[in-house]
Amino acid sequence: MLSLAVDLLWSPFAEFGFLRRALVGCLALSLAAPPLGVFLVLRRMSLTADVLAHGILPGIAVGFLVAGLSVTAMSIGGLVAGMVVAVGAGAVSRATGGREDAALAALYLVALALGVTLISTRAGSVELSHLLFGSVLGVDDPALFLMAGVASLTLLVLSFAWRPLVLECFDPGFAAAARARGGLWHMVFLGLLVLNVLAAFQALGTLMAVGLMMLPAVAARHWGRSVGGLAAAAVGIALFSSLAGLLLSYHLDLPTGPAIVLVAGGAWVVSVLAGPVDGVLPRLLRRPHLAG
Amino acid sequence: MGARGVSAVITCADVTLTHGRRPAVHHVSGRFEAGSLTAIVGPNGAGKSTLLRAIAGLHPTVEGVLKAPREGIALLPQAAALDRQFPISCLDVVMLGHWARCGAFRALRAAEQQAARRALAAVGLEGFEARPVGALSVGQFQRVLFARLLVQDAPVILLDEPFNAVDARTAQDLLALVARWHGEGRTVLAVLHDLDLVRQHFPQTLLLAREPVAWGPTEEALSPANRLKARMMSESWDEAAEPCARAA
Repeated sequence: MLSLAVDLLWSPFAEFGFLRRALVGCLALSLAAPPLGVFLVLRRMSLTADVLAHGILPGIAVGFLVAGLSVTAMSIGGLVAGMVVAVGAGAVSRATGGREDAALAALYLVALALGVTLISTRAGSVELSHLLFGSVLGVDDPALFLMAGVASLTLLVLSFAWRPLVLECFDPGFAAAARARGGLWHMVFLGLLVLNVLAAFQALGTLMAVGLMMLPAVAARHWGRSVGGLAAAAVGIALFSSLAGLLLSYHLDLPTGPAIVLVAGGAWVVSVLAGPVDGVLPRLLRRPHLAG
Repeated sequence: MGARGVSAVITCADVTLTHGRRPAVHHVSGRFEAGSLTAIVGPNGAGKSTLLRAIAGLHPTVEGVLKAPREGIALLPQAAALDRQFPISCLDVVMLGHWARCGAFRALRAAEQQAARRALAAVGLEGFEARPVGALSVGQFQRVLFARLLVQDAPVILLDEPFNAVDARTAQDLLALVARWHGEGRTVLAVLHDLDLVRQHFPQTLLLAREPVAWGPTEEALSPANRLKARMMSESWDEAAEPCARAA
């Protein structure tokens, strides 16, 4: 029994270095990205992460055209494009009085098309699919350093910025009246978001980069009643998804990135059904109402 | 609350506030004395909320001079502006009132948590500390926001329609707090619609209808003639409006 468990859960990582690297990278992503996702959900900005993930593609494409599949060049290009899109999305949001979803949807379709077109001028379908879908198992040293560095920076900044971020999220009017510089903190937050999307892009590609950020955050809504609780639940779900997704992909020979995102999706379905906060099952289990 | 060395007087000299080029309220002149308790009344769209926001420094003054303390102003916005489903406990909301002193980083001391608990007790919500705000009724949530005002301990308190959608008992309890603030010498401004309530509890009244109609002791300000004048304010703006002739 024990040896079977070791065979299933431990041996793949002990045996293959590329699996270990993938695991470390995904665990780093899982620690940092989900709390950002929680803030996005709370701010009703769930779509923004997707827009950013697609918005960085043209920048990455330019980096790729200049230097090929180099992490540094693609990251610099992606960073510039990401900041432009983040600031642009904010400007669109202000100009449209908060009803930004239509403009954002337009923005990310254009960015995706532009990115694919740019890449296709120079690259074949192998590189294109690498950029779109990522290659968790091909994470090299620079990519690993990027992911770990971004995760460390994110956790550090979040630990300082937690209170202003929660305030700006819950009661922006009060934040403005108290001169809490909500706008500045929001920009810091957007910066972290771009960095995390870039780091996730290394493993999961543009199309699924935000899978480990948003799915655990959306699922966490059914497990916590405080912002801290939500973040902890989201990180837990993301860590589990990374580990389970890698093992599933190894044993069943599935594509790795999609396997991880699918496990996170499964965790979301389970949360919707069985989560203690607003889950379907707890609602169906009718218990007599209390006297007062 | 002059103890902190903040002048709690608010003076307006020909103040004009606009949304775009349309005046929200124009040519306001007068002063809210330190320690005064003033009701701001008027029809919808009269510029009441905009004036409060301008005093709090959240809306730019286009013309004229608005002198208000830079610090020590607490604003209670209209309740509808907040996300009541946000996962935060009552005690944490009240603790936000310490922001002016703690800012983003400083740890909150036990004494500050005690102050927040006392404030919750003072608004009749003892035992609600850990409850998420999503589980509160509208009236209870308004009580939590008043507890936060208590913690803020500001010399100037601005209330925007504080008793909308709360029941009579909650309104009575919250009015008692307003009276207490008045007794402590704080400057209190409240946007209100219930004229009977204004007559009973507010010594001063500013009647607005996109411009000041009357400003002074409540009985005079709310005379039938003044109220009729305020009601004549056209609700819709004039498409062909010329630049205002009463430029400063």
